[in-house]
Amino acid sequence: MLEIQSLECVRDDRLLFSELSFSLGEAEVLQIEGPNGSGKTSLLRILCGLRLPEAGRVLWQGESIRSNREDFYASMVYIGHLPCIKADLTVLENVRALLDTRSLTVTGEATEAALAKVGLASYEDVPGKALSSGQRRRILLAFVELAGARLWVLDEPLTALDVQGVALMESMILEHRAAGGSVVFTTHHGMQLDCEMRSVRLGRIARSAGQGENQC
Amino acid sequence: MLKAYYYLLMRDLRLAFRNRHELANPLIFFVLVVTLFPLAVTPTTEALRAMAPGVIWVSALLAVLLSLDRLFKEDFDDGSLDQLMLSPNPLVILVLAKVTAHWFLTGLPLVIIAPLLGMFMALPDEAGAVLIYSLLLGTPVLSLIGAIGVSLTVAVNRGGVLLSLIVLPLYIPILIFGANAVDVAMDGLPVRGQLLFLAAVLVLALSLAPLATAVALRITASR
Repeated sequence: MLEIQSLECVRDDRLLFSELSFSLGEAEVLQIEGPNGSGKTSLLRILCGLRLPEAGRVLWQGESIRSNREDFYASMVYIGHLPCIKADLTVLENVRALLDTRSLTVTGEATEAALAKVGLASYEDVPGKALSSGQRRRILLAFVELAGARLWVLDEPLTALDVQGVALMESMILEHRAAGGSVVFTTHHGMQLDCEMRSVRLGRIARSAGQGENQC
Repeated sequence: MLKAYYYLLMRDLRLAFRNRHELANPLIFFVLVVTLFPLAVTPTTEALRAMAPGVIWVSALLAVLLSLDRLFKEDFDDGSLDQLMLSPNPLVILVLAKVTAHWFLTGLPLVIIAPLLGMFMALPDEAGAVLIYSLLLGTPVLSLIGAIGVSLTVAVNRGGVLLSLIVLPLYIPILIFGANAVDVAMDGLPVRGQLLFLAAVLVLALSLAPLATAVALRITASR
């Protein structure tokens, strides 16, 4: 599905990784590992086309993601570090707003079911500013659940989540995989996934080195 | 696609109405500046009339300029902008929705209050009508051009000065033709030329500015 070909990423004159290639098929879970500052977030942003790599390309179904953006974005959902939650909108309106940008029509029942699943059952009409940061992250989980995307790109999805939240995220990933979907994620928290999982390790590269210690 | 436009527009309007004091800012600024001028300069009818078109147009332009920051800032800070860029809908359409919302919240209130300020400044009725037309055609252009500037500077801390430097030179033709139309109307001369020029610029900005804004936003996001 997703194919990464000899990517290179430079940030502030520092080479984060180069000649990085891997691919991701259906029902595959891939963890991007590496210490802080090794380029995990940059890599995920390149994967979803938000950031341009210095070299290399990202292919979706064999085509560059830049030339078939519409197709790619319809089948991919990304959540990053930032909460994307509006303080002045209620939980329900926040989920709707996120889904609306994807032009998805989701029934009221489905939305309620998703909110119940992420533990926000009685919070539909609570404004975003009254929520804890963990609850805001849970809204994003409901969004991911409802987005109906085949590929999930999750950057530190466990941030601010409690033990139940982590378990929820794990079960969501397993369910998604069982339904044939794929996941790329990064995390510094332990995620115990009861399934086959691949990992890509980004390491620090010496400033002058052309080739990194990227392993797959 | 149209649905995405409509929903984003509605979201922005709803957000603005939940945060009313911010909504009133450009309007209050506009009214204050225009009412302060007669106090500082001679309040004779002739003097007021002579400076009315310029004062009203400059105040409107600055009011829009001051409100530009909010166009993308909040979405940028909370990550919603990334989600807009990852939408399967063309970014141009979403940009257009955001600019439309911005105009509804800043430009349109200015147009509505302008006749009252025209009366303050002793503008004759015909000139007052032309003032409305010129603002109606000119303020959307200010929002559209402003969006390009904001999308380039939104990632810059305190990018306000930079934004003014980018945007002001592009605003000047609108200011000249807008104020001139009102000026000419006061002398009882035809203003068709000026208004047609403003309309032409509006069409041009409407077709090109969202494209430029979308590209600039993608560049900003690839930071």
